Order: sequence, then C-alpha cells, then structure tokens
Amino acid sequence: MRKFIIKRILLSIIIFFFVMLIIYTLMRCLPTSYIENVARAKSQQPGSKSYEEWMAQLTAMYNMDKGILMGFFGWLGDFMRGNFGDSWYYTIPVVEEFHNTIWISFIMGLITMFFEVVIAIPLGIIAATKQYSKADYTISVVALAGISLPTFFFASLLKLLFSVKLGWFDLFGLVGRNYEQLSAVGKFLDKANHLFLPCLTLVVISIGSLMRYTRTNMLEVLNSDYIRTARAKGLSEHKVIYHHAFRNTMIPLVTIIGGSLPGLFSGALITETLFSIPGIGYASYHAMVGGDIPFSMFYLAFIAILTLAGNLISDILYAVVDPRVRIA
Amino acid sequence: MSDNMNQVNRDDRPPLRTQNVPGTVARQHAKKITEEAVKNSAASSGGNGEEQYSLNDDRRVKVLSPGAMVAKRFFRNRIAVVGLAILAFMFLFSFLGGVITPYQENQQFYREDVQHKDYAGVVKNEDFRYIVADGQELGNVLQAQVILAMQRGQDSFTYKDTDYLLTEEGPDLYRVSLSDGTTLGFAYKDIVSSSVEGAKLSFEFQSEALLAYTNGLTAFSAEGKDYTIDDTGVVSDGSNEVAFISRYVVQPVMADVFLTRAFQEELIVCLQEGKDVFTYTDESGVEAEYTITYRADLKTWTVLQETATRVYDTYSYPSKAHWLGTDRNGMDMLTRLMYGGRVSLIIGFIVEIISTVLGIILGGIAGYFGKWVDNLIMRIVDIFYCIPSMPLIIILGAAMDAMSVDPQLRMLYLMLILGFLGWPGMARLIRGQILSLREQEFMTATEALGISVSRRIFKHLVPNVIPQIIVSVSMGIGGTILTEATLSFLGLGVKFPFASWGNIINDVNNTFVLTTYWFIWIPAGLLLLLTVLAFNLVGDGLRDAFDPKMKR
Repeated sequence: MRKFIIKRILLSIIIFFFVMLIIYTLMRCLPTSYIENVARAKSQQPGSKSYEEWMAQLTAMYNMDKGILMGFFGWLGDFMRGNFGDSWYYTIPVVEEFHNTIWISFIMGLITMFFEVVIAIPLGIIAATKQYSKADYTISVVALAGISLPTFFFASLLKLLFSVKLGWFDLFGLVGRNYEQLSAVGKFLDKANHLFLPCLTLVVISIGSLMRYTRTNMLEVLNSDYIRTARAKGLSEHKVIYHHAFRNTMIPLVTIIGGSLPGLFSGALITETLFSIPGIGYASYHAMVGGDIPFSMFYLAFIAILTLAGNLISDILYAVVDPRVRIA
Repeated sequence: MSDNMNQVNRDDRPPLRTQNVPGTVARQHAKKITEEAVKNSAASSGGNGEEQYSLNDDRRVKVLSPGAMVAKRFFRNRIAVVGLAILAFMFLFSFLGGVITPYQENQQFYREDVQHKDYAGVVKNEDFRYIVADGQELGNVLQAQVILAMQRGQDSFTYKDTDYLLTEEGPDLYRVSLSDGTTLGFAYKDIVSSSVEGAKLSFEFQSEALLAYTNGLTAFSAEGKDYTIDDTGVVSDGSNEVAFISRYVVQPVMADVFLTRAFQEELIVCLQEGKDVFTYTDESGVEAEYTITYRADLKTWTVLQETATRVYDTYSYPSKAHWLGTDRNGMDMLTRLMYGGRVSLIIGFIVEIISTVLGIILGGIAGYFGKWVDNLIMRIVDIFYCIPSMPLIIILGAAMDAMSVDPQLRMLYLMLILGFLGWPGMARLIRGQILSLREQEFMTATEALGISVSRRIFKHLVPNVIPQIIVSVSMGIGGTILTEATLSFLGLGVKFPFASWGNIINDVNNTFVLTTYWFIWIPAGLLLLLTVLAFNLVGDGLRDAFDPKMKR
C-alpha cells in the first residue's frame, strides 16, 4: 500500500512538472507586445513605477531574458521555495490575495457539496430502484437539465426572479450596504443571505452528474448476483436495497466524493464572477483577464495540484474501500 | 462543487454500461469476416443464380442488423426521440432559418426618434456690461471702480491720479468720462444686438441707441443717419430693421446657428409668460417645437430643440417586424439567434471532430501496442487531463483581446484550442475498449490474414468502439457548446460582429437589460439549454440503445 501511494505521488509530481512546463511555455509564447502593454498600462496607473521599471521587473520575474526551459526552472525554483511574487493586478503579494479569498470559496464549496450529496444520492437511489417509472424519468431528465444548464443563464434567471421581482436578495456582492452597522449575528445573516443564490446555482448545476452516477452504479449493483441471492432468501425489499445494494453502491460514490474534496478549494470561477463574490475564482478571473501573470501562474499551479490530489485521493480510497481491489 | 470540478465530473462520466457491446459487435464482425470468406469461395466456384438455403442458414430467418436493432431500441425511448426532435428543430432553425429570414446577420435597423438638443441659452442680463469708445480704454480695474462708485452713489471717482466722471444717463445706463469731458465708454444693462447676420455695430451707434432707448425716445441719429426705435426695442433706419435692444441675451449653443430677431422676440415673450413649451415657425414655414427649462442656480433658460433623428433601433420590444425585438446594436434578435445557433453548432461539431480524431489515433495506438507506447501516451493523457482548461482558455482569450485578433481568426483559434484540450477523454475511452478487444479471436484472425497494423487498428478495432464514440461525441458536443457559450458570455469567445448564443446573453451583464428586456437574453438561454439538453438526451438514448443488457 505504502509503495503504491509513494509511486502515485511521484507520478503526480512528474505530471505536475510537465503540466506547468506546458502552461509556462504557453505564457511565454504570448507575444511580448502583450507584456509590454501590461507594463505600459501598469505604469500609467497613478503612483506607479515607471514603464522601464515594470518591464525590468516583468522580465526578471519571469526570467524572460533567459530561454524558456531555464526560465521555467527559475519559476519552478521560486515556486518550490514559496516565493510566488507580487500580484500585478492586486498590488499585494500573491499569497496574501490568496489568503484573502480562499476561505469564502471554501465555505461556498462546502455548503454546495453538502447539499449536493444530501440531495443527489437519495434521488439517484430512488431513480434506480424504480427504474422506468415516472419518478425515474423525471429525475433523469431533471438531472440532465441540470447538467445542460448554462451557469450564467441560470444565475441570471435566479437574479431576475429572486432579486428583481421578489427583492429578497441583492444582485451582487458578499455583503450588503449597511454591513458595517450590523451586529455579529446580523453580519453572519447578511453574508448567508448573499451566499444563498450563488450556492443555489452551484447546487443545481452540479447535482445532475452525481445523481446520474449514483443511479448508474445502483443499477449495476441491483443487477448483480448477490442481490438476486438476497431476494431469493426472502429479505425484505427495504433491506435488500438499503443494506445490501446501497453499501456496494457506496464504493464508487466514496471514491468520487473523496476525489472531489480538493476541489472545494478551487473556487467557482463563473459563479463567483457572476455574483461578484470575492472568492478565489473571482479574484483569479480578474487577475487572468487583467494580464496578471504571477497570480495566474499561481492559480493554475494551484488548480493543477488540486486535480492531482483529487485523483490521488480517489485512487487510494478505491483501494481502501473496496476489499476486492488488491494493489500489487 | 465548482465549475471546474463540474467540468471534471462531466469528463469522469460513469463508464458506459456497454461492456458487452464489443463482444456482440465483435461477434458480428467476426461473422462478417467469415461471410466474406464464404462469399469469396462461392465466387471462385462460380455460384449459379438460385441458391438453396440449408435449414440452419441464418438467411432463412428475418434477422435485424445490429444497426436496425439499435434504431428500434432508440426510437422506443420516448425521451431520446424528444431530444432528437429538438435537435432537428435547432438545425432547421439555425441553418435554414438564416436563409429564410429577410434580414442579414449584421443588418442594423433605425427608428425615427425625437431628440432634445440644446439649441439656445437665454440669460436675463443683471450685470453691467461695457462698451468702450474708439481709441479709449476701460480696463477691468476701472470697471470695478465704476461699480464701486455707482454703489456709493458718487458721480465722480479717482483712480491712479486721474479723475473720472460718472453720469447717469438713464435707468441702468452710465457714462464714464474723463474730467475734460472725453467719453471713455458706457456701462449698460440693456443690450443692443444686430438684426443682420454678421454685422458689427459701432460704438457711436450703440451708445446713441442706448441713450435714446433708456430715456424713452423713439428716434436718434448716429453716424449721420436717422433711426427710429419702437417700444419693443426694434431699431430701424426707416425701412429696414437694423438692430434691437433687449435685457435678455439669447445665444445659440452651436456657433453656426443664427437666431433671428423674430425668434428671439417670441422666445422672450414666452419666457416672460412663464411657458415651458414654445413653438416657432421660421421664414421658410417650418414649424419647430422647443422646450424651455429654467435653471434657478444659474438664472438661465435653456431652450431645447426637438428634432427628429434617425437612431439605431436598439432594444425595441417584440413586434411584427421583429418577432423578438432588437438587440443593443439595433439588430433583429431572431435573426441573430439563428446565426448564433449556426456558430454554436458548428463550433461544437468541429471541436468534437478535432478531439475525436486525435483521441481515436492516440487511443487506438496506445490500446493496440500496449507496453511502453501505451504508458507514454497515457501519461500524456494524464498531463492534458490535469491542465486547468477553463482558466487557460480565459488567459488566452484575454491575450487575444489585448492583441485585438480578427474575430474570424479568433473563432478558428477557439475551435483549435478547445479541440486540443478535449482529446484525452476520448483517447482514454478508446484505449480502454481496445485493450480488451485486441485479445479477442477476430484479432488473431486479422493477424493470421496478414493485415497491416494500421488497417488492423483503424478498420477492425476502432469500428468496434464506434457505439461508445457516438455516445461520447453526442454528449461532448453539448459540453463544448456550453463551454463556448460560457466563454462568449465572458466576452472571451466568439466576438461581435459574429453572433453566438453566449455573446447574445452577454448583454445581461447590464442590469437594466436583465430587469427590463427579457426578450434579449431569455430566448437565447432557452435555446442553449434545449440544445445541450437534447444532445445529452440523444447521447443517453444511444447509450441505452447500444446496451444489449437493456430489457426494453
């Protein structure tokens, strides 16, 4: 087991190395005029450094004067040492901006994931146990509709309905206008109020895939021999489904949910941007559009690490949860 | 979870429940090979017309081909058929609609609009103004001294060792002169303006006119000519109107406009009556309406002219001419939706073709050769899987913005980028299937027949994976359309002047559009939702239809 984990971690490191090499190369291949434009725009901001200084900082920071490979090793060295540089867009160290934004994204992710699991798994099981019934068709179509919903369209509809017509929530932002005057409880409620629509959007668009996944796996299990055996020996349908079948369905579910745990930190780029929630997704969107290379590189590396961690966790969980899986 | 994870989840779709399909299809395939061999041998032995079937010959029974079986199962699935119908509608709507619609993609519409333009400003003169005699000077400091003297009621003052005389010649009219009697100029409030466009009035004329007007005289002479003044302040030289005198200053906003005497006069009458609408018919008989607003803080009246202008017909509500209204550029919404559908569908297909072809080639090679080739390709797949595609595309889009890439070229780049980022999923799918397929007997047969490796992969292995490819492509197109729409919505995908469902909805970022103009963004969103849903439904239906385990 330990050998397997170590092997997987080493493999992940190699993959990370190449992923970042590709991303770095792409960033370097952006025409230099783009960098110059960024530097020019930066230097024209009030109280900013001069154009030459920005150019010097830019080229030095990204080792633009060196070749791509040497420049990449320079960047990787800095990254490994925890030296992520200063964000150009936010004009503070990248780590600081990351620290400012990550927690709200994490909380949103956690809320979303909780509701996703609580809603999707029972519905998926119902759909599977009553295959070809009206309930099954409804759940399947709703799940597919959730997958097919464009985030931005659904968010706009919610805004129109709840913010404009009913006036229950604000259109944008994490805190209301009178946030500073509120008591501690009021502040909490205010934030909760502003997080409702974004979380609802995320739950609805992400619920479908987990629901379908549950249904497919439950169907697979229900068709297996040991379920027939359980039925044959006269167990109640309730016991068959929730005792024998559900436990086996849990195996793939646990792996996929475990694998998506690191994703809680990745932030919801589109949703946060639509609702102007100052999370990591929103921050990185503006950094990326604003040509903020240090922050973008950091964010891309962060997401790559999260993806690798997710794959690693689901592989390990698969081996841990399923006693049939034996690792050589 | 998150959009990103959502993306990942979509790719990590549950494995197709069709493990048995390759088996059956492969068996069919093997049968085809043997049949071919039988046919060949029959041909060589010179088979004659009527053939006698043996009792256990398959041809005696009506057997549905695998394709027909799949079609039958598919059409029994009502939801999938609904999806297919929606897709058919979308294709007709996008590709035929663009031909039928009377409008062009970028055709802009105009409407007549009444605009209020600043036309003139009116000030009631409450300050003294000065006219200076020819060859004399009456500077600012001296003007201030004059005012001071007036306020103190003095009739003379001294400034810089010079004595000046101040004579009240009439109400609000003062003569400033040196102690020897030389007139320096006048301080006045009633203003003499020329009635003739471009004419300049001399000092003598102005001063004489003012003297006469303020003292209630009806005639005066200046520069050897006689003039008369009527009680409204019109000065004429007997036959023609030369100038007029008034307390109000009417000035055109635009330098090239000359306000006629009659216009000014009527306007001032209106002002005094406190009206806020003023109609004036000029000499050529054109009637125009003006709105008058008074600004108390500046003590000025602003005259707005109502002019009919042709403006872009933006955000007009649905009507007979424009069934879904017009957008922010004054283009017909329905036509934009049709062309937008074209763009979205074409991008979806091309991207999916690129990634499928790449996936088939690499997945096929990896699955067939195994060992280090498989290892190498699968590691590349791992690497591509790990690249955060959405952020990367956003960065590239922003860079293209900065370089102002041509919109058409940009669309091409977008397809290439999406295609190159999408192949790993397909490669993984195909490789997994081929790994099990290549162990089957028909592959041994192809080897024994000495068929070349590339033919073995692409003619015998890959066709057996086609069901999975079709299902994956069908769902993949939906996903691609969604990605493209999201990018266009963010303004980083398809750009104006090209329409795409995503960039049509982009207008919703304007809160006013969100709240007021539903017809701008809701139809586009619904079309998008329906199309993606239909692709998913059809994919789902195909998956079930290809699955021999399916009971119905």
